[in-house]
Amino acid sequence: MSEKVSRFSADSLNLDAGAEVARISAVIRDGVFGELRRKGLVVGLSGGIDSSTVAALAVRALGADRVIGIFMPESDSSDDSLQLGQLLGKKLGIRTFKEDISGILKGAECYRRRDEAIKEVIPEYHAGYKSKLVLSSLDSSEFRISYVVVQSPEGVQTKIRLTADAFLALVAATNFKQRTRKMMEYYYADRYLYAVAGTPNRLEYDQGFFVKNGDGAADLKPIAHLYKTQVYQLAAYLGVPAEIQHRPPTTDTYSLEQSQEEFYFSLPYGKMDLCLFGKNHALPPSDVAPAVGLSEQQVARVYKDIDAKRQAAHYLHAPPMLVE
Amino acid sequence: MESIEAEVRRYVVEHLLFGRGEVELGGDTSFLESGIIDSTGVLELVQFLEETFQVKVEDEDLIPANLDSISALTRFVKNKYGDSSKNRN
Repeated sequence: MSEKVSRFSADSLNLDAGAEVARISAVIRDGVFGELRRKGLVVGLSGGIDSSTVAALAVRALGADRVIGIFMPESDSSDDSLQLGQLLGKKLGIRTFKEDISGILKGAECYRRRDEAIKEVIPEYHAGYKSKLVLSSLDSSEFRISYVVVQSPEGVQTKIRLTADAFLALVAATNFKQRTRKMMEYYYADRYLYAVAGTPNRLEYDQGFFVKNGDGAADLKPIAHLYKTQVYQLAAYLGVPAEIQHRPPTTDTYSLEQSQEEFYFSLPYGKMDLCLFGKNHALPPSDVAPAVGLSEQQVARVYKDIDAKRQAAHYLHAPPMLVE
Repeated sequence: MESIEAEVRRYVVEHLLFGRGEVELGGDTSFLESGIIDSTGVLELVQFLEETFQVKVEDEDLIPANLDSISALTRFVKNKYGDSSKNRN
């Protein structure tokens, strides 16, 4: 994956947005109508930058009448997600559907299973609490440790290290959310003979920040080759509403507000992008550190973490194994 | 009684190598560098240490110097026993 690069700076991620939009649009058009032979594209709209950019690209490629946007809020979703998704849907002029997936999640006992997992480490936790999963910072150790943070109805926060059992139970329960959303997207795809778009950016795709057969499933992933910084450049070029462009990236999976940084990447996306770019271009940490604003040792640790996450992501990317 | 090192090795082979005893694993082989441990594996390892040896693993203990090889784990558990004046080898 290594490519040579002569000079490195924060500007290394700048791209010609117009040319890239044209290139991606051509791939979407050829992919949907040619390879996949579908009439249009379904995009799950979360109100975030990635799904908004993918929807805007789909409209460029196929026309607004061949794009369907789905809003899929659930009990833990922030109100912003739906409002911003609707704002985008109106701006793009696409057909949209709202599917509240809380009922399906209750039926699958997603919330009960999640609550039981948290109770394993915080016995006083109950349904009135809010919660989120966070990862230890890269500065504390090369090992990345998962913690659960809960907030009582009185607003008192507690942070406890998860046991392996509780961690696996918690992740397995919350993964229902991404898988349910994808199931709903494929309902609409089948209903209208459309394909389903995946919305991971390069950071997420490379580092395995997705649920296998959940948000990781799609027929087409039009921004999986773009660093998140570049997705923002395309969003600005495509006229994605400013409210969406300025919204901090969130997982929107847990009831307590949670950034992608504390959940998975440990660094703001801009810095993660530059480190990943540096690593992909075989740049030594000493070349990358000044542009990122980290020490050489910190960049070296990020490089190691990138490798560790790639290793863990291998399972997520692997197609089903067949016996030849 | 099985030695701490033997018990740790048995756990690592069963749970990090999935029982593949034929995989070469030296006492000082780094779990991180050999790619046999991830963040879930660390939590499992901690659970094993706490349940098997009845030691309390603190957040500040969660560093490679303590947990990244069979030798490191053995040393860590022995030190913990030293802390609590228990006698295991």
